[in-house]
Amino acid sequence: MSQKNRLAQGGRIDRNKVLNFSFAGQTYTGYEGDTLASALLANGVDVVGRSFKYSRARGITGHGSEEPNGVIQLGSGDSTVPNVRATQQELYAGLVSNPVSGWPNVNFDLMSYLGKAGAMMPPGFYYKTFMYPQKLWMTYEHFIRKAAGLGKAPTAPDPDTYDKLNQHCDVMVVGGGPAGLSAAYAAAKTGARVIIADEQNEMGGHLLTFDQTINGSSGSLWLAEIVAELSAMSNVKVLCKTTVMGYFDHNFLVAIERRTDHLGERAVSGTRQRSHRIRAKQVILAAGAQERPLVFANNDVPGVMLASSVTTYIKRYAVVPGHKLIVSTANDSGYLAAIEWSKAGRHVVGIADSRTDSDGALVAEAKALGINVWFGHGVTEVKGGRRVYTASVAPISVQGDRVTGDIQNYDCDTVATSGGWSPVVHLSCHTGSRPVWSDDIIGFVPGKALQAQHCVGSIVGDHQLADCINNGLETGSKAAAQAGFGEGELLVAKPSVEWLAEGKAQALFLVPHKKNISRAPKQFVDLQNDVTAAGIELATREGFESIEHVKRYTAMGFGTDQGKLGNVNGMAIAARSLGKSIEETGTTIFRPSYTPSTFGALAGRDAGSLFDPERYTAMHQWHVDNGALFEDVGQWKRPWYYPKPGETMQQSLNRECLATRSSVGILDASTLGKIDIQGKDAREFLNRVYTNAWSKLAVGKCRYGLMLKEDGMIMDDGVTSCLADDHFILTTTTGGAANVLEWLELWHQTEWPELDVFMTSVTDHWSTMTISGPNARKVLAKVCNDIELDKDAFKFMDWRDGTVAGVTARVFRISFTGELSYEINVPANDGMFVWEAVIAAGEEFGITPYGTETMHVLRAEKGFIIVGQDTDGSVTPYDMDMGWCVGKNKEFSFIGKRSFDRSDTQKTDRKQYVGLKTKNSDEVLPEGAQAVWDPKQAIPMTMVGHVTSSYYSAVVGRSIALAVIKEGHSHKGETLYFPLADGRVIEAEICDYVFYDPKGERQNV
Amino acid sequence: MLHLFCPYCQELREEDEFHYRGQAHIVRPKDPESLSDKEWGDYLFFRHNPKGIHHEMWYHVSGCRRFFNVTRNTVTYDIYETYKIGETPAVTAKEETE
Repeated sequence: MSQKNRLAQGGRIDRNKVLNFSFAGQTYTGYEGDTLASALLANGVDVVGRSFKYSRARGITGHGSEEPNGVIQLGSGDSTVPNVRATQQELYAGLVSNPVSGWPNVNFDLMSYLGKAGAMMPPGFYYKTFMYPQKLWMTYEHFIRKAAGLGKAPTAPDPDTYDKLNQHCDVMVVGGGPAGLSAAYAAAKTGARVIIADEQNEMGGHLLTFDQTINGSSGSLWLAEIVAELSAMSNVKVLCKTTVMGYFDHNFLVAIERRTDHLGERAVSGTRQRSHRIRAKQVILAAGAQERPLVFANNDVPGVMLASSVTTYIKRYAVVPGHKLIVSTANDSGYLAAIEWSKAGRHVVGIADSRTDSDGALVAEAKALGINVWFGHGVTEVKGGRRVYTASVAPISVQGDRVTGDIQNYDCDTVATSGGWSPVVHLSCHTGSRPVWSDDIIGFVPGKALQAQHCVGSIVGDHQLADCINNGLETGSKAAAQAGFGEGELLVAKPSVEWLAEGKAQALFLVPHKKNISRAPKQFVDLQNDVTAAGIELATREGFESIEHVKRYTAMGFGTDQGKLGNVNGMAIAARSLGKSIEETGTTIFRPSYTPSTFGALAGRDAGSLFDPERYTAMHQWHVDNGALFEDVGQWKRPWYYPKPGETMQQSLNRECLATRSSVGILDASTLGKIDIQGKDAREFLNRVYTNAWSKLAVGKCRYGLMLKEDGMIMDDGVTSCLADDHFILTTTTGGAANVLEWLELWHQTEWPELDVFMTSVTDHWSTMTISGPNARKVLAKVCNDIELDKDAFKFMDWRDGTVAGVTARVFRISFTGELSYEINVPANDGMFVWEAVIAAGEEFGITPYGTETMHVLRAEKGFIIVGQDTDGSVTPYDMDMGWCVGKNKEFSFIGKRSFDRSDTQKTDRKQYVGLKTKNSDEVLPEGAQAVWDPKQAIPMTMVGHVTSSYYSAVVGRSIALAVIKEGHSHKGETLYFPLADGRVIEAEICDYVFYDPKGERQNV
Repeated sequence: MLHLFCPYCQELREEDEFHYRGQAHIVRPKDPESLSDKEWGDYLFFRHNPKGIHHEMWYHVSGCRRFFNVTRNTVTYDIYETYKIGETPAVTAKEETE
């Protein structure tokens, strides 16, 4: 009973390696070398899914990336993958798979009864049906998703690892069929670095299923030899199981290599998948062609397959997927399925060939095997639910547009169709080149190459093996020459290849039915999205003339298969309905990814803690050891606050704030950006990029500066200190450091290259610790004996060289808390040592480490701004009441100055920086809350500003907030209202933005 | 992903290493105060958005930290040349139409 469709011999499978697997809860066996699809067919599994709209039973149709029905949920738990094509998934022991559609299950599907009950879903169904009432859309969508669903994403993190590799090569070959292999071989022989990738588990393409004689012996021998030789060459990388998913600008390609997906649900060792990011000098597309099915009535019933898929299952997997075959074809290649079927010992009922005749070799061979051939016929309809049981064969007109005689019904369980071969134009399309219709090839071929790109093989319509190999060799050698290797002459001999006489193919897409399109049983064009010929015709009748609109209206090609199987048929049917040629109608375009890619492969190692670099200060471990919680500031991990056991966050902040105000606190400020500026014109440069005047800043002095953009808006702030007449150190906000350096370089390099000035980031060179509070001087005095700390000798806004704890240090007397403060800078390697020494020295004063949150509260109590929090790129220094740091008399018109006079910056109702005191002193305003004068006004209310910073201040004993309010400076003492999303309205009074020590006496002691 | 030739490093490098800095050849007015609001507004805010040849500035942020100019086709993304600040482009839109 097991594997009833498996042949006793043949195929590229290993019968000694029996693999158990399950599908939809049933267990089966297959062999190593099988795909899940071939194993299912071997076991006689007909139904693998239910269709999207009509819930019709669907079976395996294809054998590769074109498969629209055999889409399964692979594996279980955290490593499960939705939407895997069974035709591309190699079988492994213990493989667990489930259908992604069907509810409650594929074999008994409730939805199909709804479908049959007449819930018709014409094209534009969603637009027409679920538009109104709009608020019910979420309900509709939930229902549709449940009914249709295509797989489930795992909810837990992926347990496997993935990698990215950057690759460079001279010649990149996409596709490992005869053309691609020949191209890679010829290019490699010139010494060029070659990468060849193929999505299948082994190289060979068409040669894996159809053997022709090369150099007098089997084609498979030639294949084995060329693959072995390529694999052995040090300048060649052969990548199987690797899908080139996108072809991007400047010959950049991304290929996804599945390294362990054929071995098990999880990678046992190493990475599961790997993305290759390839920059190629030359690209050769040898991606081949995909067979196109013929469209006819009920062509979606399980048992209807592509002719080449039938051949592939027989030849490659030794699986005959049925007992009685009828072939419907418009070309010679369809005959191959019947020939192999017959050779496998099963019955071929006949071949319906739409053409009047053919003198091809395969036709002759079929006839010689005694197979019935009905020229001028087509399969117009099949019958069956879960499997085909009969096919209607009718004579059709020479043009293929109508049935011309009596219909004969034949019993059969399999119908193989071939409407021709569609070149895989996807990658060339990614570059922006529109595919071009060729009547000769009966398909779209790649348009004009926009990059260093070549196409060879059946992608350009060459189906003869001899052409594929010979043109492949020549293209490979030409591409290598263009990449700088060889002169373009062939370094290898062309093999002699058996020529296969071929009859001319007919352009047939839709097999006519006795009834017209709208009355005939459903003729499916896109199986995954249930798009029918009638649907396309209806779309054109409703006025959709552009193929792009037809696509969107009908959802043709929207599935995970991206219309690989059905698009060309759909375009041909649309063209005919519009009375145009296919050339005139054109094609929709394809975009990356060629087949669905996993997020894992695209992310590689850039996940979890490696998603973005994390930067730690030299004192990081101390913060961790002392219970700090951390905040991300840019890439830095900064201590946020240091909770003691049992403390709430607010209790921690209150303790940290009060300790600093009453004795001394310490902050790790190493993350502040530091830029070292040198050169004889450094001072002039600072004059130009800052609002302040720097001409008179003496050595040993510091100054707070504001940096503007040219539009006059605040961009960054920080303290700049004069180390020598031609040497300054500038500090920036933590998050702005890199941008400020780029900004300074921009002005120096592009506008003022004549200035003698050099800038270097020294942020990481220094560890910075700020001790702040009335006892700060006493603490510093214990660890520093070579700087005179007296208040008149080392004044506020001075800096000094010296040593701290015996380590060379720069000490800056600057303050962001309003308290007596010293910022100690030591070389980063000594940071931890000095920090611990300062902590030890401060012990007797109860020195308290504080984090960014307390820093924010302390500075807000003083009304000091944080750029990017209290400013947002739309406020000037005057808006922030900081006109005091604008040097109006500077000779050079500094960056942003001219914009102060613009009408917009001059207008009187600009938002201005103010403080807010809530009426209820315990209530803390949410940051971002919008202010209104009258909370009873109609919605939408007139908003006059917003809260930028808001905290509870322990030292002030109430909540405090900073805000920007229209004309705020002239409305002090007045009441504003803040209506919140939760319905509360908070009342607050506008006040000065300095809440504590308004005269600034505490920092000057 | 673009492949850019840094005229200072003299190497083709990946786009990852660069920052885009907008239209090239915008000269800061020598005497901003003498400009009308309209003239100053033009300098501040108005940029070309050509279909075709565009001269733009890039910054080799993860490389030599130098700014340079690129002549790029905004339709095809072809890069015709890269050149140092202060140099004039060899390829311009006018020449292409000739």
